[in-house]
Amino acid sequence: MPYPTDFKYTKEHEWIKADGNSATIGITNHAQDSLGDIVFVELPKVGAELTAGKTFGSVESVKAVSDLYAPASGTVTEVNGDLATAPEKINKDAHSSWMLKIALKNPGELNSLLSAADYEKFVAEEGGH
Amino acid sequence: MVDFNGWDMPVEYSGIIAEHLAVRTGVGIFDVSHMGDIRLAGPEALAAVQHISMNDVARLAIGQAQYSALLYPQGTFVDDVIVHRLGQGEYLMVINAGTREKDFNWVRDNTHQFDCAVENLSDDFTQIAIQGPKGVDALQKLTDVNLAAVKFYWVTRGTVCGLKETLIARTGYTGEDGFEIYVPSDEETSARVWNAVLEAGREFGVVPCGLGARNTLRLESKLPLYGHEISDTINVWEAGLDRFCKMEKPEFIGHAALEKAKSEGLKRTLVGLEMTDRGIARDGYKVWNESGAEIGYVTSGSYAPFLKKNIALSYIPPEQAALGSTVRVEIRGQGVKAQVVPTPFYKKPKNA
Repeated sequence: MPYPTDFKYTKEHEWIKADGNSATIGITNHAQDSLGDIVFVELPKVGAELTAGKTFGSVESVKAVSDLYAPASGTVTEVNGDLATAPEKINKDAHSSWMLKIALKNPGELNSLLSAADYEKFVAEEGGH
Repeated sequence: MVDFNGWDMPVEYSGIIAEHLAVRTGVGIFDVSHMGDIRLAGPEALAAVQHISMNDVARLAIGQAQYSALLYPQGTFVDDVIVHRLGQGEYLMVINAGTREKDFNWVRDNTHQFDCAVENLSDDFTQIAIQGPKGVDALQKLTDVNLAAVKFYWVTRGTVCGLKETLIARTGYTGEDGFEIYVPSDEETSARVWNAVLEAGREFGVVPCGLGARNTLRLESKLPLYGHEISDTINVWEAGLDRFCKMEKPEFIGHAALEKAKSEGLKRTLVGLEMTDRGIARDGYKVWNESGAEIGYVTSGSYAPFLKKNIALSYIPPEQAALGSTVRVEIRGQGVKAQVVPTPFYKKPKNA
């Protein structure tokens, strides 16, 4: 599956798509594939503050718990309510199953994240976990 | 693939949930060759097994099997086992992979006083489990044995995939109907039989299943896992395995300690929990009472794919263990509400 070129990526396998001063966040296809069947997602509430590089929640598969790391700093403006009852949507299409929308505190932070090409290279080098 | 007690094994093939559901509704197959096998045979094999095993093996007819455990003198677990009576004075114990060597040494060291040969056959067999309501239909295509006549927890020998005298047991670790077959462990035979079983099961929707589904299946059915619900520091009463422990036997290793423990009363007991607030209880998580005081821990916990709930087994004091009691499971610092529920969480339908 190709990684959308209008997303930026973290080494912890989150993606972020900027749209002016707001951004949408999710986890990558590689992440959902490594996790296996996702059964639980723990996300912050609207109004919560995210700090780039810090954990903001967790995603659980049958076999594992994985922390979610904020790709950028900002305030949560919207949470995808579907994921509370149908977390498996992330397995079906990780790049469409957004988790959060945030108001970016410092859009410049995205410049230090990986491009789609860099992320693909990073995943290949990681050796398929 | 992961290292499971020294064995390179898959966690999943197509996905834990799909594999779990296949076993509950159709058929799933497992390569469980990592399990160990100890054969006891001789004029005093019965006495030898009675000495080391807590259940009453004298009740077994030839071709019958039972769940039991080998205990330490303290009444705690060396391992849980399935004992099969294969002949007049011939028994096969199937044991856990992680305890192969420990168990074999234990059995050998504690039966030398009996006229009984003890053999470690663990490497001789490839063991394949065929589990689920359609398991019998799949296996029937590969054998001349009338499987309908083999009752649950009975074993027989017959030709399977052209291999004569193959051991076929109606046993398993999934809480479903199913069989386990024991074939020669050479690679050629093993691959051939595995593929034949896969092919025979195709019309029933068979999927190969890994360790992930193996764990979720046995958890829903409340089957213990060594190192979790049972261990060398947990006794038979705490684990709730009373019905497999025949104290009316005059002696067996652990008898005296269990007698004493019974008179002293339980300090902790194994209970089933169902999460009532959002959260998944996992192995090792602490259990609190409603006031936030630590009262126990989770031995095994997971999302249950068939029940679609988050369930767990845990050790807590008997006073807190009444059905319907509320406890909290510590999940990342928060006490998440759970309820004590009856077990097994899942029971296979009667007409299956």
